[in-house]
Amino acid sequence: MNDTESNPADEVTKDLSDTPWEDPTQKPFIEFRSVTKKFGDFTAVDEISQDIYKGELFTILGGSGCGKSTLLRMLAGFEAPSSGSIWIDGVDVTYLPAYDRPVNMMFQSYAVFPHMNVEQNVGYGLLKEKVPKAEIQTRVKEMLELVQLTDFAKRKPDQLSGGQRQRVALARALIKRPKVLLLDEPLAALDKKLREQTQFELMNLQDQLGITFVVVTHDQEEAMTLATRVAVMDEGKFVQIGTPGEVYEYPNNFFVADFFGNINIFDATVVNSEPDHLTVALDKSGTQIRTQYSSSLGDGDRVMIGVRPEKLAISETRPELEGYTITKGIVEDLAYYGNRSVYRVRSQTGRVIQVSAQNSLRSAEHAVEWDDEVFLSWESSCSVVLEH
Amino acid sequence: MITPLGSRTSDKLWRAFVIYLPYSWLLLFFLIPFFIVFKISLADPLVAQPPFSPLLDWGESAQKWLLATADNYRFLLEDKLYWISYMRSIKIALISTILCLLVGYPIAYTIARAKAPWRNILLLLIILPFWTSFLLRIYAWMVMLGKHGLVNNILMGAGFIDKPLQLLYTDMAVYLGIVYTYVPFMILPLYATLEKLDLNLNDAAEDLGAKPWQRFVDITLPLSIPGIVAGSLLVFIPALGEFVIPALLGGLDSLMIGRTLYDEFFVNRDWPLASAVATVLLFILILPIMLFQRSQRGEEA
Repeated sequence: MNDTESNPADEVTKDLSDTPWEDPTQKPFIEFRSVTKKFGDFTAVDEISQDIYKGELFTILGGSGCGKSTLLRMLAGFEAPSSGSIWIDGVDVTYLPAYDRPVNMMFQSYAVFPHMNVEQNVGYGLLKEKVPKAEIQTRVKEMLELVQLTDFAKRKPDQLSGGQRQRVALARALIKRPKVLLLDEPLAALDKKLREQTQFELMNLQDQLGITFVVVTHDQEEAMTLATRVAVMDEGKFVQIGTPGEVYEYPNNFFVADFFGNINIFDATVVNSEPDHLTVALDKSGTQIRTQYSSSLGDGDRVMIGVRPEKLAISETRPELEGYTITKGIVEDLAYYGNRSVYRVRSQTGRVIQVSAQNSLRSAEHAVEWDDEVFLSWESSCSVVLEH
Repeated sequence: MITPLGSRTSDKLWRAFVIYLPYSWLLLFFLIPFFIVFKISLADPLVAQPPFSPLLDWGESAQKWLLATADNYRFLLEDKLYWISYMRSIKIALISTILCLLVGYPIAYTIARAKAPWRNILLLLIILPFWTSFLLRIYAWMVMLGKHGLVNNILMGAGFIDKPLQLLYTDMAVYLGIVYTYVPFMILPLYATLEKLDLNLNDAAEDLGAKPWQRFVDITLPLSIPGIVAGSLLVFIPALGEFVIPALLGGLDSLMIGRTLYDEFFVNRDWPLASAVATVLLFILILPIMLFQRSQRGEEA
């Protein structure tokens, strides 16, 4: 599934310590081997095989019902696969109960114990491990310092804010020094400011502790900012796996392109196919686009061309640029976000194209307004070819 | 025009009505009757109609007008009979409550964890016995527990015993009757609490290393305390004053306070003493009710 594209990023030789999945000498830390989970007739997880490496922040992204939570629950030990096996650090954990796994989880609802105070919540895992009282005390203290909850040690969960409760859940999972930390929609319940802060805190923690994180989310922004690698999941399968950049810039099908960010889609036909380039003609305008792409596509094959809204430039005069695709249209709608504006432009052929532009100028003089006639241009190499 | 909430007269009247209705109810049907009982308990018994001396004397002499007497309460302390029946009642009510909890908890837990469509059916089955008269059901137990009743017949038929066991008119029969009658009052509040519990908390505990039994002790049990308290009070309070079950299923020596109360009123016709017994019983009951209220408030906070 992850084999058709040849990413320019791959061609650069780089330090493989940040990308262990490209290093053939690295041993995988978590292995899913043909994991399938069925509930009656419904297949929630369909033959997933995937390696995750030590120190990764692996994110599974998908809509509700795609099987991502089931996969996470199987990794945590709450569900057993119908077939296949799961290995952590070279040990088959497929049928190991959750309480015996070197894995801890931060629940989406946080699941902080309401009848215990912060200290008791954080210390609970160690208590079950029969760690001596004195050691529990010092480790709880350290952990509370790490998540900045020292002043709240004696508080009950209902006296905490959402963000604080989340930090309790995180501390409670981390204190057991798990080999793998699972996070179920870690940022979903937080407001925007707190999300950004927490996101960086999580990344710092991950760096500091070297724990392997597996995150499950339906939020592409969350996946994009946190992950070392993203696996986009649909109907129980991984549709594409790669770094957030790879998946965003080189989605390998329409589902991924559409799910992972916004994209404008044009139907097109292949007119010329070279070994690593493809020339296609857009169906409606006839505009020809030449872009880097290697595949077995031949002349006359139908494809989709995707262009991300921010790859498009909007201007009132026709830009004179080499290697650009240019089209004309009328601004139908615009939304101002402060740092950027999103325009919906109806092109001559009648379709609506979405453009996202940075508001780099402060003055309103050159601003594009409703009903303005504008030129849209994009570097042809930014076009994404999506096969049917 | 916008009218501030509740500023109109009709709104105010409605609010007053809603607020004061329960208070009026309480005043009319609890507080006033209680004060009448309390007043009677401070009077002397008379062979008359009504069978007690007036508390207020409207006579000429001013210093005589309050004729209250604590004699009845003193008598309660002096005569061992009352002390024994209070203690027996408390003991029987306590043991019955514990038995109800032991029987009811697993049932409530099973219902709460059952699949959604099953829950209502199971709950219905719990409530179903109430569709038959309570008295009838106790008589049914008398038939079953009698010398030649169902239980003895089965035991003898199976060869476990040679001659019938004395089952009826024993303490065991009283416990059986009380637990049988009141266990739904334990199950329903327990179910309500257990059903609300967030199962993620169990998963979280398992994730942190708790084995099934530890998850029950650490998470489910402490979080179901409000249900345990509510159910226990719903069983303990009526069981304490229970009259019918010990009278029908218990032996002659099974003296509970309900029986004593009945005897004082209807056999001895000593209304003031009976009222004193009732007043003391009320105060014994107020204690657990106050504890319950406190635990409820604790839960809300």
